[in-house]
Amino acid sequence: MQTWSRPLLWTTTVAILAFLILPIVIVVIMSFSGSRFLTFPPPSFSLRWYEAYFGDRDWMDATRTSVLLATLATVFAVPIGTAAAYAANVSSSKLVRLLQLWLLTPVMVPVIILAAGIYMVYAQVGLVATKTGLVCAYTMMNLPYVFIAVLAGLRSFDMSQEDVARSLGVNRFEAFMKVTLPQIKPSIITGALFAFIGALDETVVSIFIAGGENQTLPRRMFMSLRNEIDPTIAAISSVLIAISFSLVILFGMRGRKSQMQ
Amino acid sequence: MSDLPIEQAIAREERKEQRIYLMLFMPAVMLVVLFLGVPLLILAIQSFQEGGHLTLEHYARIFDEPIYWRTYYDTLEISVAVTVLCILLGFPLAYAAAIAPRGWSTLILALVMLPFWTSVLVRTYAWLVVLQRRGIVNSLLMSAGIIDAPLSLSHNTFAVLIGMVHVMLPFMVFPLYAAISKIPQDLLQAGSSLGGSPWYVFRRVLLPLSLPGMFAGSVLVFILSLGFYLTPELLGGGKTILVSSLVQRNIELYLQFGAASAVAMILLLIVFVIFWLVDRILPVEKIVGMR
Repeated sequence: MQTWSRPLLWTTTVAILAFLILPIVIVVIMSFSGSRFLTFPPPSFSLRWYEAYFGDRDWMDATRTSVLLATLATVFAVPIGTAAAYAANVSSSKLVRLLQLWLLTPVMVPVIILAAGIYMVYAQVGLVATKTGLVCAYTMMNLPYVFIAVLAGLRSFDMSQEDVARSLGVNRFEAFMKVTLPQIKPSIITGALFAFIGALDETVVSIFIAGGENQTLPRRMFMSLRNEIDPTIAAISSVLIAISFSLVILFGMRGRKSQMQ
Repeated sequence: MSDLPIEQAIAREERKEQRIYLMLFMPAVMLVVLFLGVPLLILAIQSFQEGGHLTLEHYARIFDEPIYWRTYYDTLEISVAVTVLCILLGFPLAYAAAIAPRGWSTLILALVMLPFWTSVLVRTYAWLVVLQRRGIVNSLLMSAGIIDAPLSLSHNTFAVLIGMVHVMLPFMVFPLYAAISKIPQDLLQAGSSLGGSPWYVFRRVLLPLSLPGMFAGSVLVFILSLGFYLTPELLGGGKTILVSSLVQRNIELYLQFGAASAVAMILLLIVFVIFWLVDRILPVEKIVGMR
């Protein structure tokens, strides 16, 4: 137990946690700054950077585009990923086993390579900066998260329950919808959440293939950060941090609930 | 004899089921083929092409021109440094979370989760704010009288390293915590009650037993670092160029699709070779599915 001396361990831990958390806290404080410069601590406080964000048509358009694209990508990725996970779980086919790893490659390939490749294909078929092109790319990129989450859920589910339902006369699809689906719902929601956040936050691919009317929020943030450290970004960042914070709490509560069961 | 038709019927039914599973599985496969397979194929073809004919000149240039070598070397070096730093910072954090009483342990993990769930772009921006000339670090150092003029802390390799470690640390902490929390505490107690010094117990008991987690975390951090674009690009200020920036520049700045493709293919090859080697020790599904 006394591998490390206690005070040393706790000081180190607190220091590393401060390293992780403080930059985020500082951004939130800065977002309320009254100054045009990011001096810390801020000389005065105001909501002007939130007004700059919520009052700006370009920022709002980019935000709406991002939310819309992320929603669409989730709507496509969830059924496709769930069907694949279901098949992977019950099929004894060698082909399916072999192809399973293929569904994980989108997370293994460095995103810059994905972005470059998709850009080159899209440039040839006219899909650059289109909603269709963006939704397709985001759906593919976030499919693995749905697949992994649902497969994990299915592995702890007893498939013979479906057989029982079928032997009682419902067809295969109904058996899935009425028996299996309600029980794996938490995993599907987790997968959907991963997919939505992933698509909402996707920056590198967006840098290459978003733009024009379909400017996304992360792309616009990136472009603006390249030129100057605009305090408006602090306000946008704080909004995004608030979303992450709610997610951590949400997941924490769900984790506790599943432990209690 | 009379069983035969039934057996045939069962076999037929079985084949039909397998076909249904394949049909359910295929949309996902097609999606990845169309939007990942085809792009990678195009990259591969482009890397051997210039002006419509086949050539090896893009690869030859990578081997000939020192700037390309330099970039690959810098990328490897930074990825190794980030991985080592993540082990050094991640270990005490994971260990503390593993031995702390329940409430504290949850708090530590939640504080690691929060940045993990926060956008990489937001976190990179946070470091730009902290490290800028008027930033908190410079203000603190100046008001403490340690320095007279603000240091340039951002737009250099130092900033890239800090920013990358900040993004990668959670990827190390979670697998490490999973490994360490499985080690029975009695083992460590036994080690020290038998007269082992803390260092000895750490080296002979704690470290070996946490190696699987450290390995998984290191693979994840190292691979992600190799292809990392956002943080090096924004915090490096154009001075620290990694392979990812080289790909992006060749496309957007110089319109050199062939060169960009060749650079990307070599990076992809490195990543796949690492995964292939790692797969012999730990199944890749396990590492990738960790998120």
